[in-house]
Amino acid sequence: MLSESSLFLKGVLLGSIFCVLMTMLGHIRMDYGKRRRHYEHHHLQAPDEDILKLAEDERTNLSKSFRVYCIILVKPKDVRLWAAVKETWAKHCDKAEFFSSENVKVFESVNMGTNDMWLMMRKAYKYAFDKYGDQYNWFFLARPTTFAIIENLKYFLLKKNSSQPFYLGHTEKSGDLEYVSVGGGIVLSIESIKRLNSLPSIPEKCPEKGRKVWDVSEDKQLAVCLKYAGVFAKNAEDSKGKDVFNTKSVGIFIKEAMTNHPNQVVEGCCSDMAITFNGLTYNQMYVMMYGVYHLRAFGHVFSDVLVFLPVNASDND
Amino acid sequence: MSEIHFREMASKSWLNILTFLCGSAVGFVLCSQLLSILLEEQKDIQPSVLHNDPHARHSDDSEQNHLEGQMNFDADASQHKDENTDIAEKLYQKVKILCWVMTGPQNLEKKAKHVKATWAQRCNKVLFMSSEENKDFPAVGLKTREGRDQLYWKTIKAFQYVHDHYLDDADWFMKADDDTYVILDNLRWLLSKYNPEDPIYFGRRFKPYVKQGYMSGGAGYVLSKEALKRFVEAFKTDKCTHSSSIEDLALGRCMEIINVEAGDSRDTTGKETFHPFVPEHHLIKGYLPRTFWYWNYNYYPPVEGPGCCSDLAVSFHYVDPTTMYELEYLVYHLRPYGYLYRYQPALPEKMLKEVSQIYKNEDKKVNQEPLKEKHK
Repeated sequence: MLSESSLFLKGVLLGSIFCVLMTMLGHIRMDYGKRRRHYEHHHLQAPDEDILKLAEDERTNLSKSFRVYCIILVKPKDVRLWAAVKETWAKHCDKAEFFSSENVKVFESVNMGTNDMWLMMRKAYKYAFDKYGDQYNWFFLARPTTFAIIENLKYFLLKKNSSQPFYLGHTEKSGDLEYVSVGGGIVLSIESIKRLNSLPSIPEKCPEKGRKVWDVSEDKQLAVCLKYAGVFAKNAEDSKGKDVFNTKSVGIFIKEAMTNHPNQVVEGCCSDMAITFNGLTYNQMYVMMYGVYHLRAFGHVFSDVLVFLPVNASDND
Repeated sequence: MSEIHFREMASKSWLNILTFLCGSAVGFVLCSQLLSILLEEQKDIQPSVLHNDPHARHSDDSEQNHLEGQMNFDADASQHKDENTDIAEKLYQKVKILCWVMTGPQNLEKKAKHVKATWAQRCNKVLFMSSEENKDFPAVGLKTREGRDQLYWKTIKAFQYVHDHYLDDADWFMKADDDTYVILDNLRWLLSKYNPEDPIYFGRRFKPYVKQGYMSGGAGYVLSKEALKRFVEAFKTDKCTHSSSIEDLALGRCMEIINVEAGDSRDTTGKETFHPFVPEHHLIKGYLPRTFWYWNYNYYPPVEGPGCCSDLAVSFHYVDPTTMYELEYLVYHLRPYGYLYRYQPALPEKMLKEVSQIYKNEDKKVNQEPLKEKHK
């Protein structure tokens, strides 16, 4: 009887030791997983808030040194969203052009003469580089479902040299390939576009002709080409590690936060310096314009290093 | 004999193995339970960036049903290093607002909870008014029934309760629903121009039925201390009627009778600050059909589209829980870096001297003289 109870107790002891080990291992695995995501995807952070104090005119000049050209790829069915983008955030780009598959007379769009999104993208980048390569140093590509805050993009690009090959946005992984998801917007420096355009046409690596039915999505294809040109995707994050390019809307983030961490909904939601949100409706574009460029709390003052003036002849910002 | 002995040993060892396995299973289960409890506690204790946590003071509130404003502006310092909240803090001290939120037992967890998690914490004091008391939330019990026809009676009792217990604790007394989102900083800016000893109240002004107009209930309205005193007095002396099924209209009628002025809550460019709907309904042209009652009710010319809503909006109504948090994010977190807003409102004269020293070394983003309007 004694030997049995001692055996039992030994069993209990072994069971608990085993349990502790498993839990610890599980935690290490989880942390490792988190760190893995953190390190294995290459990330780029926004400048820290403690940047050097500049004089007023230096700030203005610095602010003007970022010249962002916006490429918005649209399909005719996106007409309503197209209108919303044109009337809202696209006004804050230094220049914004719409690239469509057909020449739609309602808005001035550049006709790319193809329905294939990858071809449209490739051609748009070539067009942009050929025509404006000497006037702009950053190229932002988006779909009309995306809302972008160009001021926050410029802030993010502070201290980043556009003659380096930057390829930024919200990154995803497909096997070994790290690519920027088009939904969150794609940022290329002038150097990256230059390299993209000087790539020889090698159908297997970086096709210029249309893709086959089973081929990859346009954002993955772009990553393949850029990789071939020595340009690698980096995930853009703020100083707290939060994504600044988002493939979801604020509403979706809030709903998820209400389920996952109901005590810290807003704190756990999104970056204060968010640059993009995706999946917006026509109405939501206007709500975001108001929410970002107008609605605020009195008595909260910021000392920012950059200065951006409101756009001329605009009534909603 | 050795065979029997062997079998005995075999069965005994089977028993031993079984005992051992049982033991380890029990040990494993017990241990995992213990660990999961311990780890849950750890998650709750985690350092929270959440400032203004009403639960932090809950133990002190055992006797009282109110929530102190938890405005520790510095708690958020790590999040917004480049943010200066001196003016907001100054206004918090100078313009004391008590908020009471109209709610009910069935809505505490569904709606009022999200109010408590967002804007309610910025009131100098906040009370949740229900038909029955709830010590845990906490909510004040008005001892009424629930229902739309009880709204006015609840309102009267709520203001009476506030008057009897907290008259000296605030200058202004704001009523809101559990689906109203209020931006307290902007309300303080609006009220800083006025004197709480004057009989006046503010909200979204409607024109029908009452000569000087009355304030929309859902968009929220705020009474000066004098207005509150007169309102409560009016029921003791039967100047105002107790029974009505339309809360905001009845209150507006009473205000007119007791000579409390219906104030103009629009900003210095004439844009409305209290809103009876969510931003989308006001911003999108054609959202509210032309036949909708709203167009005939607004005291001032109603505007849809970008001119509908002040930069310094005070309230929105029919805000569901998701939108509460969205607004909180848009107002207090997301911003366009470096952007020079078109509307640069100034503080009233009497406040300027107090905050002038704050701006001695700041850059000229906030001027001391009212700036000329640049837009339009």
